[in-house]
Amino acid sequence: MANIENFSKEIAAKYGKNPSRLMDILLDVQNEFKHIPSEAVNILSKELKLSKVDIEQTMSFYHFFTCKPTGKYTVYLNNSAVACMMGREEIAKVFEKEAGCKFGEVTSDGLIGLHDTACNGMNDQEPAAIINGTVFTSLTSQKVKDLVTAFKSGKNVAELVKNYGDGANTEMKSEVKNNIRKKGAVLFSEYKNGNALKKLIRFSPEQIINEVKNSNIRGRGGAGFPTGLKWEFCSKNKGEKYVICNADEGEPGTFKDRVLLTEIPATLFEGMTIAGYAIGSHQGILYLRHEYAYMKTRLEMVLENLRKSNLLGKNIAGKNGFDFDIRIQFGAGAYVCGEESALIESAEGKRGEPRNRPPFPVEKGYLNQPTTINNVETLCSVVRIIENGADWYKKLGTEKSTGTKALSISGDCKYPGIYEIEWGMTIKEMLEMCGAENVQAVQVAGPSGICISPSMFDRKIANEDLPSGGSMIVIGQQRNLLKDVVLNFMNFFIDESCGSCVPCRALTPVLKNKLTNLINGNGCKQDIDEMLKLARTMKALNRCGLGQTAANPILTTIENFREKYEALAKEPSADGVYHFDLKASVKESCDVVKREVKIHA
Amino acid sequence: MSNSEKKIYMSNKIKFTIDGKECVAEEGMDLWKAAKENKIFIPYLCHMKDVIPAGSCRICTVKVNGRPVASCTTPVTKEMDGATIENITPDLEEMRRMIVDLLFVEGNHFCPSCEKSGNCELQAMGYRYQMMVPQFPFSFPLREVDATTPKIYLERNRCIQCKKCIRSIKDNEGKSYFAFYKRGHKLEIHIDHELAAKMSDELAQKAMDICPVGAILRKEKGFDTPIGKRKFDKEPIGTEFTK
Repeated sequence: MANIENFSKEIAAKYGKNPSRLMDILLDVQNEFKHIPSEAVNILSKELKLSKVDIEQTMSFYHFFTCKPTGKYTVYLNNSAVACMMGREEIAKVFEKEAGCKFGEVTSDGLIGLHDTACNGMNDQEPAAIINGTVFTSLTSQKVKDLVTAFKSGKNVAELVKNYGDGANTEMKSEVKNNIRKKGAVLFSEYKNGNALKKLIRFSPEQIINEVKNSNIRGRGGAGFPTGLKWEFCSKNKGEKYVICNADEGEPGTFKDRVLLTEIPATLFEGMTIAGYAIGSHQGILYLRHEYAYMKTRLEMVLENLRKSNLLGKNIAGKNGFDFDIRIQFGAGAYVCGEESALIESAEGKRGEPRNRPPFPVEKGYLNQPTTINNVETLCSVVRIIENGADWYKKLGTEKSTGTKALSISGDCKYPGIYEIEWGMTIKEMLEMCGAENVQAVQVAGPSGICISPSMFDRKIANEDLPSGGSMIVIGQQRNLLKDVVLNFMNFFIDESCGSCVPCRALTPVLKNKLTNLINGNGCKQDIDEMLKLARTMKALNRCGLGQTAANPILTTIENFREKYEALAKEPSADGVYHFDLKASVKESCDVVKREVKIHA
Repeated sequence: MSNSEKKIYMSNKIKFTIDGKECVAEEGMDLWKAAKENKIFIPYLCHMKDVIPAGSCRICTVKVNGRPVASCTTPVTKEMDGATIENITPDLEEMRRMIVDLLFVEGNHFCPSCEKSGNCELQAMGYRYQMMVPQFPFSFPLREVDATTPKIYLERNRCIQCKKCIRSIKDNEGKSYFAFYKRGHKLEIHIDHELAAKMSDELAQKAMDICPVGAILRKEKGFDTPIGKRKFDKEPIGTEFTK
């Protein structure tokens, strides 16, 4: 292991002692030492001319930065709802037994650390863990036993991958599978990279923006803002503009960007270049979630190849002055950074706290310069719009939701994976397509979306009906909806709140506690209405999309599955009063001190 | 453009009503300040004079044509001309009371023994909303007190994470003395020990004064204003706005 002082100085110098690159600097330190030693913080504060608290406020915000060593073999096991449905708890027990420590701990010799992590984008092949940056999927007891044995004999993690996944996963020596189940006309059809760029240069930036506007494409990250309009706003503002691709894909149950980044990264980079041309920007940033760090080497190679073939860099496609390049910026584990202004803060090396708007990023974004932020799928789709024209694109989908949509389907179905569908498909058709039977509910658009009941399965997946960023979780009849799903989602939102707004920070735990009480048989009917009322205030009071939707798991299940809540609510006694069972309540503590329960009336 | 429109455009003055009262404000000014200039009090905890609003307490949420927005981070715009703004309405006041309740239960607030009692804005809000007991269960969090710096101590039990100290207490180079650590309900305020070692008396006093609660306290100071003469002994919070 390197000397802390020298290493910290070298890393600071590598990033030009630039405080806005703090994320990259801390990631390098974390990777090297498996934690960020306080000595490194001291040195970095001097090198970067920041106060110590400046560095620690960023560091302590992110899940993957730690002040204590995480273990020579650091295991991050997904604890998302779908991971739990697929047997995460059993796998966790095997890890604990074999390694000899609990989750949240590191073995006494510092060899193995077991840690929980939120949805890591592998919902179609759970249980899955990220170990020292390498992804292990479809874990079984035997596989875990073999892994731990290998750790104990000091093997290199990358060499423990036995079978490579399909497609470009092989190149990355990764066992992740693509699971592309349905290919559509836009994302997964044949395309020769560079075709759109070669066409692009014959048109002016205004013409390109008009073509994108004319296609009616809306952002594919979930918010659904018209892409052409965003570009137009950004193009009209002056400054050193930036194109950022949001590849933070943190919504539990979403993994379509993982597959796009694996299979068509060159198309994505071409889309960013097109955006650069349209808005007048020379710099692009791919903000990639840390969970996908296993793609880093390959993505950098793809970028290098694009530079070599003049599709990136200076005078792109032979057009004078068309300069554009892209760098990769990693996150460090924070769902809220999928919100565009929080993402910008994070890319600037700060805590991922959403900004107040206005100003919007198109006006003041990255480093306070005009910035357009688009989702991976949006940018990939734009390439095909430029190649084939807006009219071709508009023929796909519905009138109000044009084009195709990549769905990440997981949960209780035979064929979890990626489906590129045309907007307008009904939930019923979707369930048939993925082989789902005996369905209790479908979580549309992830925890921040809505949970729908079978009576609503005729509804369409479209911006005008059921919008979705792509996460579709099928919940079978065998599941306990409130305990297995809703409670898990609430814990997720509590962990991921940035904490800035009081309602998001403090009300989410209150709501979760009410739900827990109800599940434990300690809630009454009035609690249901109160939860509903409180959940509705979250929408009105919070600043960002996370806070506004953090109560949605409770809100939408009360709206659509009220009977499940009512079945759990206690009935009052004959006198109409909810009596408190003192004897039962003190029993546990009496047992501990070995005292007989005596209640004096 | 009609004549009346032209007049507004020329002067950049925007007209709207707050709870029925006609108001005029300059375009670009934040709505909270605009209300203040029109002698209207929008309840708040984190707004500060001359500092960019943070919009973190959300108490100043109002409804502009029915849409809820935090007034401190919402600029007065041309589109707001003629708008109907709701401020003191039953549903907004209920939401505000809920936020005050949440702040009480997420920390550990023991008003009678607190140095800031009578000068505390959270306590004054509690009185404003006639809070007897909070509607939510107390969470009794374990929070550490940091008394290791020479001039001030951080009483985290009382911190409401309003960010006022982070936003305004800085050294000559613009470095912040205070910062948040962690996130969500684990959020906690920290002070830079190196900077704090050289903190001036004036800045320490300013830090204590801007803290709306008793989370930042000057050492060897406290309880120096007798009961009856403290800020909110005289009149309820917000009174000075409407005079």
